Amino acid sequence: MTEMFKPRQSKLRPRAADTVACVARWILWGAALVSSAVIFAILGFLLYFSVPLFLDGRLMEVLSWDWQPSQGKFGTLPMVAGSLYLAFSSLLLAYPAAVGICCFAHGLAPPILARVMMGVVHFMTSIPTVVYGFVSVFLLVPAIRNGFDEGTGFSLLAASVTLAFLILPTIALLINTQMHQVAPQVGLTCRALALTKVQEILWVVLPACFRGLIAAAVLGFGRAMGDTLISLMVAGNAPQIPHSLMDSVRTLTAHIALVLATDVHSSAYASLFGCGLILFCVTAAVNASLRWIERSSGPDWGIPGA
Amino acid sequence: MQVYAGLRDLPGPTGGFPVLRIAEKLLTCLSWLAAAGLAAGVVVLVGYLFERGFNTLSLKLFFGDAPVRDALIGARPVWEGIWPAFAGTLSLVAISCAMAVPLGVAGGIYLAEYSGNRWKAYAGFAIDLLAGIPSIVMGLFGFSLILFLRKTVMPSANTCLLLSAGCLALLVLPYLIRTTQSALDVLPPSLRIVGLSLGFTQWQNIVHVLLPSASRGILSGVILAVGRSAEDTAVILLTGVVANAGMPRGLFDKFEALPFSIYYLAAEHRTIDELNRGFGAALVLLILTGMLFLGAYRLRRTVERKWS
Repeated sequence: MTEMFKPRQSKLRPRAADTVACVARWILWGAALVSSAVIFAILGFLLYFSVPLFLDGRLMEVLSWDWQPSQGKFGTLPMVAGSLYLAFSSLLLAYPAAVGICCFAHGLAPPILARVMMGVVHFMTSIPTVVYGFVSVFLLVPAIRNGFDEGTGFSLLAASVTLAFLILPTIALLINTQMHQVAPQVGLTCRALALTKVQEILWVVLPACFRGLIAAAVLGFGRAMGDTLISLMVAGNAPQIPHSLMDSVRTLTAHIALVLATDVHSSAYASLFGCGLILFCVTAAVNASLRWIERSSGPDWGIPGA
Repeated sequence: MQVYAGLRDLPGPTGGFPVLRIAEKLLTCLSWLAAAGLAAGVVVLVGYLFERGFNTLSLKLFFGDAPVRDALIGARPVWEGIWPAFAGTLSLVAISCAMAVPLGVAGGIYLAEYSGNRWKAYAGFAIDLLAGIPSIVMGLFGFSLILFLRKTVMPSANTCLLLSAGCLALLVLPYLIRTTQSALDVLPPSLRIVGLSLGFTQWQNIVHVLLPSASRGILSGVILAVGRSAEDTAVILLTGVVANAGMPRGLFDKFEALPFSIYYLAAEHRTIDELNRGFGAALVLLILTGMLFLGAYRLRRTVERKWS
């Protein structure tokens, strides 16, 4: 440590050293500027290529329920519905589980189990999406096909279960961070009030984490909407509105990948950029609401950091 | 009147309300169920991959029947192995990190050390937005770049390794900026002041004191970025990956990549051998990202111990 603070004689003359510092600062500024500008470039390109949609009055055509490119019908609404169905159903599975796991790790379980559990959740963030999809194709899909005796198994159900595993760590880690800030501050009071551990968590810690809980749901939804590989691999990709959990769905993300990978006639491109634009807007909305949640003065019970 | 032997026997504030008691029981059940379910899921996933993939782990998985030395340098094409895909992923990661790491670290340093609060807020919003962009949209951006180039200056432009690496670089850029920024932000104020009080200029203080102290945190961010660019599939799907390109030949050629071969083999395998190769590839990728994760995790632990 001490060695670190040894004043070093710069090899350059003082004025030259100043110039270096100045140039370095400009370079750093440039890097920061470029990084923040990238997002506008992306938005610009998406808008530029979806302009034909707005000009030729093809907007209504895209906002229809029929996707038959061979007949010139480029409706994308089934994909929007598919994305929403899949995102909400996977969130429905993952969110309660994530809350449960955070409570588990914050006092409902013996400390060793709690640490193991959070280790597992951390490890899950490193599992590649394509590996989740791959295992699901050979394990979950056949199980569903045989178990329900209906369809191919490539279904909304298979995709939402797999996707739930993918988004769970994101949700759980956010809630965990919040609980980590709140729990030490209320722990002593709760013990003084003779609350049991589960009472402390349910009636004090969780309500104090209210904003974190909302933020985690929003973030999880964003992740679920943005995922491509799971829905591409296990959701079946039929452009239709699902009527049951066994039905095949196609999401916006998978739609973009499928059409660009298989299709070469560029008349469908504009509608794809429309899809991209929708996804961009979802991301922006998710981010804006996260910021809003962060700033808003929610019921934090006067607990700093909550 | 009831007499309680000690604090533990007190019913607690919700003791008189059975409904609230039921809610507490439910939460306990939920948390144990969720934990058991998740653990089971992960064990099944990893166990299944190991069970099906472990036996395929061999030189044959990587190189097929081609002689190893020739295959390594690309002198002999590898038809029945994942080596070309593996090499493709390696070059993809190397190129994208060569682009993203200097940019991201520099941007992070600026945001942490130089920028004013207003700038920081605007840039922070843009960078968070970039971090949230689905990777397929990033791929679409790369694809549109090619469409644009074709329309304007380069009619022959096509999707290629360089484009994929560039889009991946943009994908991991926000993580690099954020980890660099927070690695610098968590340094204790005393450390900052000591350097300045000894007569360092701000720039000298950054280079000689703050960056060395934050290096482990920054490095863990870099490792996570490597892992992210190794595993992402949606971006490269739209920007030039193909199933049978062989070894990566140049920046402007098509290429193979590990996550894409896994995806491809899951859907298009024709023989049991190809399927086994898929399992092998999935296991290799899992081990690769798992090791990266462990490295980053240990680095971060030492950082936390050092500064808190």
